Amino acid sequence: MSDAIIRLENVSYRYPDGTAALTDCSLTINRNKRTAVLGANGAGKTTMFLHLNGILQPSSGRLFRDDIPFEYSRTGLRKLRSKVGMVFQNPDSQLFSASVQEDVSFGPMNLGLDTTTIRRRVAEALGAVAMAGLADKPVHNLSYGQKKRVCIAGVLAMEPEVIILDEPMAGLDAAMQEELTAVLERLHAGGITIVIATHDLDFAYGWADQALVMQSGGLLAHGTPEDILLRPEVGNALGTIPQIAEIIHSLSLLGIDLRGNGYLPRTRNELVAAIAAVTTREDTP
Amino acid sequence: MNAITTAVIDLKQLELFAQGDTQVHGRDARVKVLVTLFFILSVISYHRYEINGLLPFTLFPIIMVCRAELPIPYLARKMLLICPFILLIGAFNPLLDRSTLWQVGSIEISGGCISLLSLLLRSFLTIGAALILVATTGFTTICQALERLGMPEVFTVQLLFLHRYLFVLAEEAERASRARELRSCGSTGRGIGSFGSLTGHLLLRTWQRAERIHTTMLSRGFTGQFHGQRRERFSHADLTFLISWSVTFLLMRTMEPATLLGSFITGAFP
Ligand SMILES: Nc1ncnc2c1ncn2[C@@H]1O[C@H](COP(=O)(O)OP(=O)(O)OP(=O)(O)O)[C@@H](O)[C@H]1O
Ligand SMILES: [Mg+2]
Repeated sequence: MSDAIIRLENVSYRYPDGTAALTDCSLTINRNKRTAVLGANGAGKTTMFLHLNGILQPSSGRLFRDDIPFEYSRTGLRKLRSKVGMVFQNPDSQLFSASVQEDVSFGPMNLGLDTTTIRRRVAEALGAVAMAGLADKPVHNLSYGQKKRVCIAGVLAMEPEVIILDEPMAGLDAAMQEELTAVLERLHAGGITIVIATHDLDFAYGWADQALVMQSGGLLAHGTPEDILLRPEVGNALGTIPQIAEIIHSLSLLGIDLRGNGYLPRTRNELVAAIAAVTTREDTP
Repeated sequence: MNAITTAVIDLKQLELFAQGDTQVHGRDARVKVLVTLFFILSVISYHRYEINGLLPFTLFPIIMVCRAELPIPYLARKMLLICPFILLIGAFNPLLDRSTLWQVGSIEISGGCISLLSLLLRSFLTIGAALILVATTGFTTICQALERLGMPEVFTVQLLFLHRYLFVLAEEAERASRARELRSCGSTGRGIGSFGSLTGHLLLRTWQRAERIHTTMLSRGFTGQFHGQRRERFSHADLTFLISWSVTFLLMRTMEPATLLGSFITGAFP
C-alpha cells in the first residue's frame, strides 16, 4: 500500500454562485501522519475538506483514496464517509440529538450496525475523548469544549481511518486545547491519520509531521513544518512565521545556537529545555 | 421567544426519558403506537357531555406513568401548560349552552359547564397519552414504527426533519432575540419594522444552519433513513400488551364500567 491515503489531482471547484474556491489543486495526505493544513481566510481549506469525504464533488479533476478513484454512488459514499471522518468547526451544527449517547450513535446507526456493536463503539468513542461519564447528559447543557469532544466521539464511533478537523482549537481555552491535543495524540498513536486545518501557526509547527499551505484555492507549499514554514513566500501568504522559529533565529543572531545537539526545538517546552541546556553548557567551563 | 426555547428544551427532556430501561420502554414501538392510537380513538369517540365514561380511561396513563417510572411533576407541569389553550377553545361553552343537565342539590349545572369539563378531561387524556408515548419510545423510534406500520417513508422522514428543525429554529430564535434585546437597551425600539427584519434574518440563519446540519449528517453516513435506538422483535409480551389494552379500551367504551358497577350495586342491594 502506498503512503498516500488520499490524493487530489488537479481538483477545481466552483460554488454555485460562481466563486472559484479551488483551482487546480493537487495534494497528498499521507497515511498515519499528522497533517496541518494552513492558509489565510478564504484560501479554500474548508472547501478542500468537503471534497475529502465526498460532500462536494470537484467540477474538474479527481480524488483518490488508496489510489482508487472516489466513487460517488450511494454505497461508495457511505463507505468513503465511514473511512474519512469529518469534525466541523462549529459543534452546534453537528449535535442535534437529545443526549450525548444518542448523538454519538448516529453515525454507527447509519452504517447499519447491530445494537451490541453500536453500544460498544459508542462507549469506546466516548472513552477515547474522556467523556464516558457524561454519556447520558443532555447535549444542550454541555460546555463548548465538551461539545467539541462529543463531535469527535461521534466521528470516532464510525471507526474511520482518517479524521479531518476544521479548526478544532478555535474557541477552546488553553487547558482544553491541551486536552484536545492529548486526545488527538492518542488517536494518532492508535493508527489514525489526522488532518487539521488551523490558523494557529505555532500549534502546527509543534504538532504536525507534514504541513500543507494553501493559497487562493491551490497548494502553495508542502513538506515538514520546519522546512516550509520559514520560507519567505509561505511567510507572506500566512502573514507570519512560527514564534519559536523566530526566537531561535533571533538567538542565533546573538550567537546562541540552539541547534547544538543537532535538533531544532519546535514547541515551547522544547525551546525552554534547549535554552536551559545551552545555559548549563556555558556555565560549566 | 425565550418561552419557545424552554418549551423546546423541555421537548428534548421528553426524549431523554425515552432512554429509560423499564418494561414499558422495552415494548415494541409499533405496539405502543397502536395502543396509544386505540386509546385516543376511544376517548375522542365519546359525545360532548360524557364524564362518567371517561373516568375509567384515566387508568391507562396512570399505569403507564408508574410502570415507565416517568416523573409525575414534570408531566403534570406539561399538562398545566396546555390548560390555557383548551380553556380558550372551550371558554364559550358555559355561556352558550345554559340548559341544565345536572342538579346537585339546589345547584344547577349547565350543559356548557359539563361539556367544558368533558373537553378538559378528553384533552388531558389524549395529550397525556401522546406525551407518554414519546417519553417511553422517542420520536425517532415512533417514526420508524409508523413506517413499519405502513406509513410511506417520505412522510416519516419529513416528520423527523420537522422535529429536528424545530430545535434549530428555536435556538436561532433565542439567539436573535437576545442579540436584539441587548442592542435595543430594554424594551424600546421594538417597532414592527425591526421585527420584520428580525424574522427575515431568522429564517435565513435557520435555513443556513439547517443546511450545515444536513452536511454534517451526510458526512456521518446519513442516506435518507433515520435509525431508531432499538432493533425490535415482536415478542409474546408485546402481543399480550397490545391485546390486553385494546380489549380493555373496547370494554370500557362499550360496557361503561361505571354504569355497570352502579347497576351491580343497585342489583345487589335492592
Ligand atoms: N457556500 C458557499 N458559496 C459560495 N462561496 C463560498 C461558499 N463557501 C465558501 N465560499 C467561498 O470559497 C472560498 C474558499 O472558502 P473556504 O471556506 O474554503 O476558505 P477557508 O480556507 O476555509 O477559510 P477560513 O480560514 O476563513 O475558514 C472563499 O472565497 C469563500 O468566500
Ligand atoms: Mg474554513
